[in-house]
Amino acid sequence: MPLPTRNSQGLYPETPSQTAGPFVHIGLALDVAGLTPREQEIGSNIASAEAEAEGEGEGEGEGEPIEIVGTVIDGNGDTVDDILVEAWQADAHGVYQTDYRADRAFRGFGRTAPGANDAGVWSLHTIKPGRVAHPNGQPMAPHINLMLFARGINIHLHTRLYFDDEHEANMACPLFDAVPPSRRDTLIAHREQDGAKPRYRFVIRLQGPRETVFFDF
Amino acid sequence: MAQNDRTAFVMRDRSWHPRPYAPAYKTSVARSPQQALVSLQTPTASELTGPDFDHFALGLYDNDLLLNFRPGTEQDGLPIGERLIVYGRVVDQYNKPVAGTLVEIWQANAGGRYRHKKDAYRAPLDPNFGGVGRTITDADGWYRFRTIKPGPYPWPNDVNSWRPAHIHVSVMGPSISTRLVTQLYFEGDPLIPLCPIVHTLDDPDAVDTLTARLDMAAARPMDCLAYRFDIVTRGALQTYFENQS
Repeated sequence: MPLPTRNSQGLYPETPSQTAGPFVHIGLALDVAGLTPREQEIGSNIASAEAEAEGEGEGEGEGEPIEIVGTVIDGNGDTVDDILVEAWQADAHGVYQTDYRADRAFRGFGRTAPGANDAGVWSLHTIKPGRVAHPNGQPMAPHINLMLFARGINIHLHTRLYFDDEHEANMACPLFDAVPPSRRDTLIAHREQDGAKPRYRFVIRLQGPRETVFFDF
Repeated sequence: MAQNDRTAFVMRDRSWHPRPYAPAYKTSVARSPQQALVSLQTPTASELTGPDFDHFALGLYDNDLLLNFRPGTEQDGLPIGERLIVYGRVVDQYNKPVAGTLVEIWQANAGGRYRHKKDAYRAPLDPNFGGVGRTITDADGWYRFRTIKPGPYPWPNDVNSWRPAHIHVSVMGPSISTRLVTQLYFEGDPLIPLCPIVHTLDDPDAVDTLTARLDMAAARPMDCLAYRFDIVTRGALQTYFENQS
């Protein structure tokens, strides 16, 4: 297969996206498809509290353990139960740990998808990220970068999850300069108090009223 | 191959990529945003970094779909279908190899049936075929899988919609900016021009880049045919002199 023709800027065109389709789970979330996981999988545990408690990973899992629970809603108001969500976040110090090793307490990257009995709710177990510097020198508010893949989504959607108990940091986050003020609250997850560890609920609306902000970068 | 935050990427050409709202592909109608995407004028470390899978421990047969559903039972446990090598190179838009990056695939079996709880198509499962693979590109960006050729399958879009034979392909690249999920089609498949998912792409040249080519030179005589599928991720460029006052 020859490389495609270079474009007017002399670059090869990027391989075009296609939808991940309805059976994305057999490739990227084996447990949800009913398949036996391989020895190592990229799962929904981004940080393992157990490893942290046992002092493994030299503190890489340190930070406040949290759970994220989310739903994705389509333009008809129906829950998207075949969504696959990928998450990328900094550690508790605001540093991206790029070297992914499954056996580390903090991995920075994870994947989640609702199971058959989850009514479209997906979850992530992680630690609350620290603040990452914007290139202009200001700190951004703590956030998790999310990517959405599903049937009907022809090119994945990028968004960010912010935390409602970081109001002051959120208001000062330079990222929000790019987001129309009326839409900023679509990026905020809401803390719930029940359960052993803090839980944040995040609703993503793909289309229509209160549509979530999606980014191009 | 994760990058630090001094790397920027060539802007994504969203007229080359599929249209999010493509009404002939019906599910896209309610799953496409109506608002414009918000452009980050200044990408940050959040966008310019990503997981580096160079040290992710893969299983021995993770890239061999002929063996990985029942590893160790080669003698009597092979899947039914056309044996293929699917291979290629991951490069960026400057034709620089993307080394050490994770490439994942998933696909239906020779009859077009997925091993997924939610696939109820009447074509049977193959007891020796799972349909999932993964590998990490080598130092020159090469990847390689062994599999069987997937069959077309019907889907509830129009009353008589059939997907062309395809393999789903997922590539991470050096950052979440280069993250890409796509589909590989096979040269000469007459279902390609009929498919509304393919037609979410406006440019026939874009479809052409998703069409793997029969590669006799890479076939193994009396064993398996080969298809080549190269993948291009966004070009990485260094940013210099930013924010100097």
